[in-house]
Amino acid sequence: MSIGSNSIASRSAPLSASSRTARLGLIALILGAVVAAFAFAGGLLRPEALTPSKMIDAFERANGEHAGFRRNHAKGVGISGYFESNGKGAALSKAFVFRVGRYPVIGRFAIAGGKPAGTDTPSSVRSMALLIKLPNGEEWRTGMNDIPVFGVSTPQAFYEQLLASAPDPKTGKPDPAKVSAFLSKFPSAAKASQLIRSEPKAPSFETDTFNSLNSFRFTNDAGAVQAVRWSMVPSKVPSNTPSAAPAGPNYSFDALIGAVHLQPVEWHLDIVLAQPGDPLDDATVPWPADRPRVDVGTLRIDHVESEDTSSARDINFDPLVLPDGIGPSDDPLLSARSAAYSESFTRREGEHKTPSAVSTTSGVQ
Amino acid sequence: MPSVSNRPRTQFATLSRILHWLMAAMLLSMLFIGAAMVSSLSAYHRLLAIHRPLGIAILVLAVARALNRQLTELPPFPVSMSSLERRIASVSEKLLYTLMFALPLVGWSMLSAGGYPVVMCGAFHLPPILPPSPLMYTVLREAHTVLAYTLFVTFLGHLSAILFHTFIVRDGILRRMLWRR
Repeated sequence: MSIGSNSIASRSAPLSASSRTARLGLIALILGAVVAAFAFAGGLLRPEALTPSKMIDAFERANGEHAGFRRNHAKGVGISGYFESNGKGAALSKAFVFRVGRYPVIGRFAIAGGKPAGTDTPSSVRSMALLIKLPNGEEWRTGMNDIPVFGVSTPQAFYEQLLASAPDPKTGKPDPAKVSAFLSKFPSAAKASQLIRSEPKAPSFETDTFNSLNSFRFTNDAGAVQAVRWSMVPSKVPSNTPSAAPAGPNYSFDALIGAVHLQPVEWHLDIVLAQPGDPLDDATVPWPADRPRVDVGTLRIDHVESEDTSSARDINFDPLVLPDGIGPSDDPLLSARSAAYSESFTRREGEHKTPSAVSTTSGVQ
Repeated sequence: MPSVSNRPRTQFATLSRILHWLMAAMLLSMLFIGAAMVSSLSAYHRLLAIHRPLGIAILVLAVARALNRQLTELPPFPVSMSSLERRIASVSEKLLYTLMFALPLVGWSMLSAGGYPVVMCGAFHLPPILPPSPLMYTVLREAHTVLAYTLFVTFLGHLSAILFHTFIVRDGILRRMLWRR
């Protein structure tokens, strides 16, 4: 090989033994620093840090391991239909979903908690998760609950609540001492819990109102930003509300299935507009009841299907899959939900699937 | 910047050097963002929003770099490198190129198989390159991690070799990739 020039070919004078050792030490130091920095970034050197994996482990400890199911809101059914936008949201957000039109929806109704075969009760927290498909390929995914505020304001509080509510191995029930210790450590959770209990509860999925709980930011075409929360409000509250008396472990799902089979069930999407000073980073605090609301369209659910066949089973209803024009607020729960949902999704997608409790007991195909 | 001379190269071409350092910074950032992202609740969303478009930018640059690699003359290995070292250098270069393509492609496929929209920036997003499939998602999600660790280990090997040649052999090998002669 011919070398055209200079120092690349030249060999330097031999290093003394001590200099060589020092230089090898320097190399080891540099490599060690790179490895340590990588380990630090990956959380290996911070055992106390709350990670998505730890959060999902806590769900598994609190609820038992149920392969193939969501770690939270484990019991549910798939739904589909469409969202019909009336165009009134376009002044608030440039998101495609607020242009006048019909957009297909896949979703899921569920009951909060990690037990896929739990028993429905009148006080169960019900949830509505939606994926709205937009013609430009974007999606809006949202997970809403029928409680007025969320129970905790931070991921750390959520984690400690899970630990406090894990069943005591002796009694099989949460240790009341741990629960009250949790509530005194997190006063905002105690307040939220009171508020949630005091709110009158709808008797069924189809008459229930579902709230975003977390705050988001809408951006319109002019670039104006408006902080919002939203609610899915049922169109028709039946005059003869069905009895809330439990008639079987899946009574609320059975009622929903019956209602949707009879006729499509509708909700209105109300966008609630924050005023200056309203908390955007604390989902335990309600906004005043007089905040302006804009009805931006109708959700029509005309199909309900067991999770055994519904494509909703393999959808991660990550609340931060948002179209351009809707963005997250500073609420720390949002990124944590996104991260934990992703961890739960990755675990369950790799697991063997067992049939949903709702399909077997209700006979829904 | 030095102009191209008629003499045999002692340095990589200017474009090669730019691509090398740019992609080194991007790939290293990606490794750290990826590791931090999957272990953080609070930073997850912000890091993921960077991770996806940065990964696709790496894929685009990898294409440019592979083309550039084919079209430009390389400086010879220093005479201080044994034939074994040269073989290891060639194999690890091929491995690094493979990973530069594989990691973003696996990431994109994995999101597609998981049913996620591949959001880049604003309303701009990429189409899925696989149909939704829990099995494919699971396999690709695992592969993404394994390939990322492989990239990190390969990078460490590359860095070790350069440090060894710079501080112990002192054959000026790093100058081939710098602007100072």
